[in-house]
Formats: sequence, structure tokens, C-alpha cells
Amino acid sequence: MHIHRLEKIWIGFGLAMLLIFLLLTGVAAFAMGISPPSSSSHENMHHGKVDPTKLQTTAPFDKPGLKQIGDNEYEAVLIAYAFGYNPDTIDIPHGAKVHFIVTSSDVVHGFEIPGTNVNFMAEPGEVTELTHTFDKAGQFLVLCNEYCGTGHEMMKMTINVK
Amino acid sequence: MISTSSITAGKPFHENDGQLVLAHVLFAFAALLLGGIAGLLQAMVRGGTITLPHGIGYYQLLTAHGVLMALIFTTYFIIGFLYGGVAKTTGRLLPTTLALGWTGFLLMSMGTAVGTVFILLNKATVLYTFYAPMKASPYFYVALALVVVGSWLSGYGIFYQYNYWRKTHPGERSPLFSFMSVVTMLLWQVATLGVAAEVLIQLIPWSFGWVDTINVLLSRTLFWYFGHPLVYFWLLPAYICWYVVIPKVIGGRIYSDALARLSFLLLFVFSIPVGFHHQLMEPGISQFWKFLQVALTLMVVVPSLMTAFSLFATFELAGRAKGVRGVFGWLKVLPWNDVRFFAPFMGMLIFIPAGAGGVINASYQLDEVVHNTLWITGHFHLTVATSVALTFFGIAYWLIPAVTNRRLTPRLNKLGLWQTWIWVIGMFFMSGSMHTVGLLGAPRRTAYTTYGDNAQASGWIPYEVVMAIGGMILFVGVLLMIYNIYALLQAPAGYEEFPIGEELDGAEPTPKLFERWGVWLGISVVLIFVAYTIPVVEMIQTGVGSPGYKTW
Repeated sequence: MHIHRLEKIWIGFGLAMLLIFLLLTGVAAFAMGISPPSSSSHENMHHGKVDPTKLQTTAPFDKPGLKQIGDNEYEAVLIAYAFGYNPDTIDIPHGAKVHFIVTSSDVVHGFEIPGTNVNFMAEPGEVTELTHTFDKAGQFLVLCNEYCGTGHEMMKMTINVK
Repeated sequence: MISTSSITAGKPFHENDGQLVLAHVLFAFAALLLGGIAGLLQAMVRGGTITLPHGIGYYQLLTAHGVLMALIFTTYFIIGFLYGGVAKTTGRLLPTTLALGWTGFLLMSMGTAVGTVFILLNKATVLYTFYAPMKASPYFYVALALVVVGSWLSGYGIFYQYNYWRKTHPGERSPLFSFMSVVTMLLWQVATLGVAAEVLIQLIPWSFGWVDTINVLLSRTLFWYFGHPLVYFWLLPAYICWYVVIPKVIGGRIYSDALARLSFLLLFVFSIPVGFHHQLMEPGISQFWKFLQVALTLMVVVPSLMTAFSLFATFELAGRAKGVRGVFGWLKVLPWNDVRFFAPFMGMLIFIPAGAGGVINASYQLDEVVHNTLWITGHFHLTVATSVALTFFGIAYWLIPAVTNRRLTPRLNKLGLWQTWIWVIGMFFMSGSMHTVGLLGAPRRTAYTTYGDNAQASGWIPYEVVMAIGGMILFVGVLLMIYNIYALLQAPAGYEEFPIGEELDGAEPTPKLFERWGVWLGISVVLIFVAYTIPVVEMIQTGVGSPGYKTW
């Protein structure tokens, strides 16, 4: 099958762009560790799974909240539910590195901090983990960005960075 | 347009075939009207313009809008258009083809009716993605199953007709339109296996209470195995119009039959093993599998660039054949005043930014910025609600008269041009502000809210007001389109051409390999197994069940 010379150049250009693009995102992901969130590798979690009906008796979700684990490094264990987060406010020291460890006790929820790159899903049975460093002080809104029922538009929590 | 098609009378469209096409197309536009009303109300609620009377919920309207527009309008129009083109290019529809087509229509319509009733009763306010563990009435899922099974039968009708044609024309190359219809329906059969498995194996037994819990991650994965090829199912029929119909409308030729077929086969192969790019922000799927599917997703660049090349080559060659000179002189001789060209052309044009937006969404890390924000809603209102919808509108202006043996009048042509402009302007405001406010972080699928007078969220409201204004302009566009459909049914009797392009003289022959379906289906299956087997087995082995909830 004959392909016109200009079309070969055009498709070759497209393929080259694609390769460069995949190379850049691939290096960022696998060499520099810049990846979207995934399952938590927390010590208590089996394959990052948890029984959504037994959160109250399963560590670390039996004691949700902020826990210091290192020098200005914290774990934020949070439970999303219809229609809020437990706890609904956390105070984080300025410049702290925070590992969010989040699950849902009912339906699927979102966890988004507008103005940052923090944006992931909270699902029953699954535990999501994402690390973010809070370089800016101020009050941050966390909102649910996955439809979860009648009160979805009210679902939020607050993060104070001081 | 009118000058050529109504004067040269041709063979009338057979009544039995025409009725099947017309039934699908009219059902599609009825869904567009209902979905449009829901869309208008939604846009106004979100912009803070109106408050719904007690008893109607924002999310109920959102469910109706999504189901009627994304699932019903598209599927019915596509099946009607494909049956029309198959009848046109392979001869009259066979009795078996017609029987399959009508049975499919009846099953899908029963499903649509039952599903709509349960949405209106507020028993299925789960949006058109129906993510578990939100648990709708089991009859909503049964309704979905009816729509899917019905569409399978419609697909079998097209396969049957195509096979018959090939058997009676040994050694001949099949008509391009029919070939593309078969690819579209084959993609649909493979893609809907995911949603069928989700509905039949997981959702129906769970919602009836036969099992207590559901594997949420698995259900989402099965949904998105279907959800991404769904968008290609919308797109391929628009591509059929661009590749096969438009060359004839502009008085040109199809640039290359072989390359057109190859691009369809590549779209088929690379459309399915890619669903994880909708799940980049969720747990339970490891980075490696997410990245692999991102790479497979972006392979779509190849057939997309091939399509862009072919279309513009057709435009330029048509202009050159008319003796036009200069680098861009051919642009001037395109039939801008012919709605059969203008509406799909605006669709093509808007597909350029729409496609670029899609690349951003699939870009792994970048998705973290836009995931589940209004940017995504803005994106698919450009792709399906503009590129695809405007192409379908452009088809309706000749398809309805062609299958009812009437003709497109100059007045209706002019109204069609107006309709196209209204749509483009409305979408500019609506999708433009959705994209912008999405980048600022405003979530999709959310009723009017300022999150308790939060300053950041309050700053999004002006954009949402612009969205509502765009929505109102689009609703005027829906009403004008519905009037145009009504007027097409009243148009004077006559002959309207069903435009089917012919290939450029001296084009290379099409390789026989392109019609060896086992090869292409085999490649597709191998890619699906590579991309999905390990992560899905892991989900099944380690998944923890969740009970159902009704949170609305």
C-alpha cells in the first residue's frame, strides 16, 4: 500500500511527538516518582484494602486524624462519608510533608484541594495514599468531586496550614 | 445541495428500509429534546439562577440529561444512520436484517422507557455512570441491560447484511460505508461486554438482594472498559460522515479508501485496552498498568492524524480540481452555505481543541489537575456534544428527506446554518467557562454551592453564570433543531441524495488483509488481555465487598 510522502512525514512527526511525550511522562513517573495517587502501602493494610463495614475497629481508621511520624512529617488518616470527612478540620504546620491515607465508609467520594495538585478518589474497600507538602500557609478547602448523593455539594473539610 | 440533488431525480429509498431508519432518528431527537430540557434546568440551577420546585432534584435532572443525551440520543441516531448507509451501499435490507433491526429497536425502547420512569421516580439518581455502591432500583439496571442487548441485535443485523453482500460479491471490495459500519458495531460488541458483565453479574444480583456486597473497584473497571470505547462508538459514525459523505457533498473524491479503512481498524484496536486512563486517580491499580494503558490510549494519535490528513487532502484536491490556486485558495470554494457540509465542518474544526484537551486528560500526572473538575465536562461537551452532535445534525438534514423521499428546501438549509451557529456560540460560552473554572478547581456533577461562603468557591460562581447563559443559547439550538426535524418531515416530496463519495482515480488498491476480521479481532483481544488480565485478577482476588447505599 502506497502512502503519500507528505502523509508519511505527518504521521512520522506525530509518532515522534508521541514517543517524546511518553518518554517524558515515563521518566517523571518511574525515575522521579511523580505519579498519580495509588493504593496505600501503610503497614496495617493488606494490599491497600480494608473492610468498609469495620473501619471503627480497623487501624489506622479507628483513630482518624493527624499523627506526626517524623521531622515535620505527618500522616493524615481520614474517612470520607456521605456527606463529610472525619475529622472535618485538621491543622498542619507550615512546610509539613503530609501523607494522606483515605478511605470511604459508604459510597465513592472525591478528595480535592482546589489550587493544589491534591485530587484523588476515596473508595469503600480501598485505601488511597498521596503525599503533599504544604509550602503555603492559609486555610484550604477540601471538597468532594465525585457525586455521592443529595448532599454532595455540601461535602467539605478544612485544612489550616499555620 | 438543493441545486444538484433535487433536480437529478434518483432511485427512491425503499419504504421498509426508510421506516426503520426514520424510527431510530426520530427517537434520537425526542431524547435530545427531553435531555435538552434537563440540561437547561441544570445549567440554571448551577448558575444560581433558579431553584427547582420541591420534588425535583438537581442530580435527578443530571441523571436524565446524561442518560438521554450520551446513551440514548447517540445510540439511536448511530443505528439509524448506519442502517441507512448499509441499505444505500449494499442494496435493500434483507428480511433478516430488518427483523433484527426492529427487534433491537423494540428492546432498546422498552429499556429506555423503563429506565426513564425509574429516573423520574427518583429511584435511580445514580448518574449515567451508575457507580456502585450507590444502589439504584434493580429495574433501572434491567432497563440498561435491555438497551445493551437491543443494540447487540441491531449490530447483528448489520453483520448479517454485510456477510450476505460479501458472499454474493466474491472477490470484491466491500463498500466503504458498510465496512466502517461493521467496524463501529464490532467495537460496540467488544466494548459492551464490560458493561454487560458489570450489570448482569454484579449489579442486578446485588440490587435484587441475591448477594450482599459488591466489588466496587471491579465494577468501576468493567464500566470504564466500556466507557472509553463508548466515546469512539460516538465518534466513528461522525468519521463515516467525514470520510464518506463529505467528499461527495463538496464535489470531491475520497482521498484513499485503504487509509480510511486502516484508520478505522487502528481506532478499533486502540479504543478498548485503555479504560484505566479514567481511573488514574484511584487506588487499587498499580502505576505500571495505569501507565501502560496511558501509552495505548495515546496511540490514537496515529489514526487521528491520518484522518486529519485525509480530510484536508480531500478539501484541497476538490478545490484544485475546480481550478483554484494559492496555498489556501481551496478554502474559498468549499460550500459554506450548504448545511450538509457546514455543520459537520464546524464539528471537525472543534475537534482540534477537543482532541488536544483529551490528550491533556490522558496525560497521567496532568490528570491530577483536571480530574473530576468541570474541565472534564467542558471537554466532552466539545467532543460528543459538538463535534459528534453537529455532525449528526448535519446528517439529519439530508438523511430524513432521503429515507422519506422528500427534499431539503433552501429555507430549511438556511435554518440549519442558523442552528449550527447558535450551537457553536452557545458551546463557546458554556464549554469555554467550564474549561476555565475547571482549571480553577470547580468540581463537576455538583449542584449550586459556595461551600459555606468559601471565598475560593464563591469566585467560581460568575463562570457558572456564563455556563448557564451558554446553556440557554444551546437550548434555543435544541428547540430550533426539533423544529427543523418537524419541518423536514413536512418537506415537499421529491428526491434527496444520500451522498456516498467515490475514491480518487488512481488510488492504491486496498489490501485484502483489511477485511480479514479474525486478524483484527485477534489483535484487539490480545491487547485487551495484556492490558487487563493481571490487574483484574488481582482485583478479584484481593477485593473487599461493599454493601449498597441509597444516598439520594
